[in-house]
Amino acid sequence: MSKHAFAPVALVLLVLAVVPAFAANTTINFLVSALIVTLAAQGWNLLGGFCGPFSFGHAAFFGTGAYVTAVLQSRYGVNAWVGFAAGIAAGALVGGLIGWLSFRAGLRGSYFALITLAFAEVFRIVANAIPLTGGATGLLLKLDVRPANFQFASRAAFAWIALACVVAVLALSIAIARGRLGAQFAAVRENEDAARALGIDVLATKLRAICLSGAVTAAAGGLYAQYFLYLDANIAYGSWISVEALLAVIVGGIGTPAGPLFGALALHALGEATKLFAGAITGIDLVLFGLILVGAIAFAPAGIAGSLQTLMARWRR
Amino acid sequence: MSLLDVAGVTRRFGGVVAVNAASLSVPEGAIVGLIGPNGAGKTTLFGIISGFVAPSAGSVTWDGADITALPPHRRAQAGIARTFQIVQPFAGLSVVENIAVGAYLRHPRRADATRIATAIAHRLGLGAMLDRPAAALTVAGRKRLELARALATGPRLLLLDEVLAGLNPSEIRDIIPLIQAIRAEGVTILMIEHVMQAVMNLCDHLYVLAEGRMIAEGNPVTVCTDPMVIEAYLGHGAAARMQSHA
Amino acid sequence: MYTPSIIAEAVVNGLLTGAVYALVALGLTLVYGVLHIINFAHGALLTCAMFAIWALSEGLGLNVYLAIPPLALLFLGLGYALQRWVIGPASHGDDGNTLLVTLGLSIAIENGLLALFHADTRTLSGDAAFDVVELGPMLLSRPRLIGFGVAVLVALLLWLLLAGTDAGKAIRAVAKEKMGASLAGIDVRHIYALTFGLGCACLAVAAGLLMPTFYVNPRVGNAFVLVAFTIVVLGGMGSVPGALLGGLLIGVVESLGGLFLGESLGQAGIFVLFILVLLLRPAGLFGARA
Repeated sequence: MSKHAFAPVALVLLVLAVVPAFAANTTINFLVSALIVTLAAQGWNLLGGFCGPFSFGHAAFFGTGAYVTAVLQSRYGVNAWVGFAAGIAAGALVGGLIGWLSFRAGLRGSYFALITLAFAEVFRIVANAIPLTGGATGLLLKLDVRPANFQFASRAAFAWIALACVVAVLALSIAIARGRLGAQFAAVRENEDAARALGIDVLATKLRAICLSGAVTAAAGGLYAQYFLYLDANIAYGSWISVEALLAVIVGGIGTPAGPLFGALALHALGEATKLFAGAITGIDLVLFGLILVGAIAFAPAGIAGSLQTLMARWRR
Repeated sequence: MSLLDVAGVTRRFGGVVAVNAASLSVPEGAIVGLIGPNGAGKTTLFGIISGFVAPSAGSVTWDGADITALPPHRRAQAGIARTFQIVQPFAGLSVVENIAVGAYLRHPRRADATRIATAIAHRLGLGAMLDRPAAALTVAGRKRLELARALATGPRLLLLDEVLAGLNPSEIRDIIPLIQAIRAEGVTILMIEHVMQAVMNLCDHLYVLAEGRMIAEGNPVTVCTDPMVIEAYLGHGAAARMQSHA
Repeated sequence: MYTPSIIAEAVVNGLLTGAVYALVALGLTLVYGVLHIINFAHGALLTCAMFAIWALSEGLGLNVYLAIPPLALLFLGLGYALQRWVIGPASHGDDGNTLLVTLGLSIAIENGLLALFHADTRTLSGDAAFDVVELGPMLLSRPRLIGFGVAVLVALLLWLLLAGTDAGKAIRAVAKEKMGASLAGIDVRHIYALTFGLGCACLAVAAGLLMPTFYVNPRVGNAFVLVAFTIVVLGGMGSVPGALLGGLLIGVVESLGGLFLGESLGQAGIFVLFILVLLLRPAGLFGARA
């Protein structure tokens, strides 16, 4: 992340840290949702933004993280924090599986996007049908408000945990971007053959990216399960999260560490604003999202982060 | 013993035989040239040596070990670096970031990789463009970048594929001592080249490939006066015509 | 277990539905073959067409089959305009961008339909769905037979258009070699838009053939998108006969899958097949390399 983008990011994080202390519940709800999507988007960015492959089915990781922790807790009495960690590990595993199958078969571009879509759909259909996940009725997590159980009386506490996760992944993204792994990701993204000629194992690099990506997005799913305490196949594996994660990154600035944060906040704010003005009409906010995606590609491919960087660079001169 | 040994390598693409039982040897510390008319199969042969193209027959031996089945990135790790005939910069990265990708192969730490990349950039005359995007370079600049990147991997053998193509005479004059300096540091070089001035100046040994077959080899002067080589470039009967005019 | 006649009926029904699936896939494969883009808005556009058929039929009392020709023309124009003035310009010529632009469009269209029509499922009133024809021991639904016939007819017409007319030749030229075609004086942007329009026109026809026996809600497009993609990948990107054969095959797979695995898991069968095809033979039965 260049020096120019640092100040706005720090500012945003500061605001996010302070607000939960005195905000109303609705505001905190908004923040938590936005942060969960941010985390999912950060996962998407690690794969698509840093390394190249565009996934249209990140719900596969989100849902896995959510269901693993939910099922472990409700059916096997596993501790909630352990379940959360297990969900993250499961996300990495699923990422590795999908990645190994797809990348070894040489799938790129549209074909890769399609196969991730298909995997997410299969997971959704299966989760909707089998008893383990509660089938079509869904899964309820038992209300048992104790910190040891990853449930908090104060919503602000949860917001801070979500924020901590986002900050941790942000730091990780920055570290990756600055180091050897980031250079390998970028090389694979730009030109695979040239990368090979420089000694980079392209398959292994892509696998690293997708496992990391799956783990982070699964964490977002785990957080969702802990906060809302209810899951079904459409929530966990539905296309909504695939779309929002991707959209947040494109709008916020693809490939930049802070892009997902800016994008998710902007989109959520926009969504809330739309609901205020045209609340009764379902779907209006998503129509807007779709049009924004088209507009962003057409007019501002660098996204918020990229435009911010250019703006700040110019302002400092 | 040679550093690189290519033995009887053949490559078919459907009905076309691009490389036909070609063999060559590169001793350590030498600059060896691979020349021949367009379409002779030189780049395909490079592809086979660097691991991007699998041979239909034959073997590639590196430092005594058979690497015929080794994937390209493992060969780079083993010390074989290559440039591409059609340059392939990482367009979205800056010049120094491009070179650093190569440097990271043997230097995992960012500080080391950046230091080495910067040094190589200066050596190849790219010092002024360090933080500019690679896409902003001219053709000559991109060729230097291609060379810099390959050099940054710390290779024992450098495969240069027409690294002089598209350069004007003064640019060529500048690059020749650079290539000699690289050899002087202990890097063996195998180069495909059409620019005969460079070939005669640089190469200890030449191989000539025509229509997939190795038709001549030896020191540059002998090879260039070989009638078979002249015919490969100028057509059937050309050697005899040249003789009769002499 | 199931008697041979039940299985046979499932197979035949699968073929009938498959032909209409093939029509949906035809539009997609045509667009890919010529523009070399995967149109992620294809499903949403189909939903759009289905709602249009529903509105025309319920609102204006128009016979479904009579509504098809004007709707096809409308969608030809709509598709043309979309590619010419939205998708083309927004993508700046980058295929990765086109992926996202069509995704954005699909989100906008699908939710626009949601806003307009709400989430309720709608079907055509009347008894057309129950109209049956006896064929030996099998009872086949008449609308589905009509669907099969019209779909095959349209596929044939499309193939004739591509093979015989000047426009068709221009389309094939652009598909093979864009630069050369434009040097020969062909307006590539126009051809792109025309092809996209043709793809959408196929959707309009398919919508008309599906509505009598099917239902529509804003989410319906999603299901069709993946089925269409499966068919296109199976049959080979850019291949018209591939799309037809692929459609028939998928129709049968879906029918038999539903028979043996039940409704809910049967759908998963299609996607698993899709994944397998992508992994093992992405070029499909007739396609060129991806």
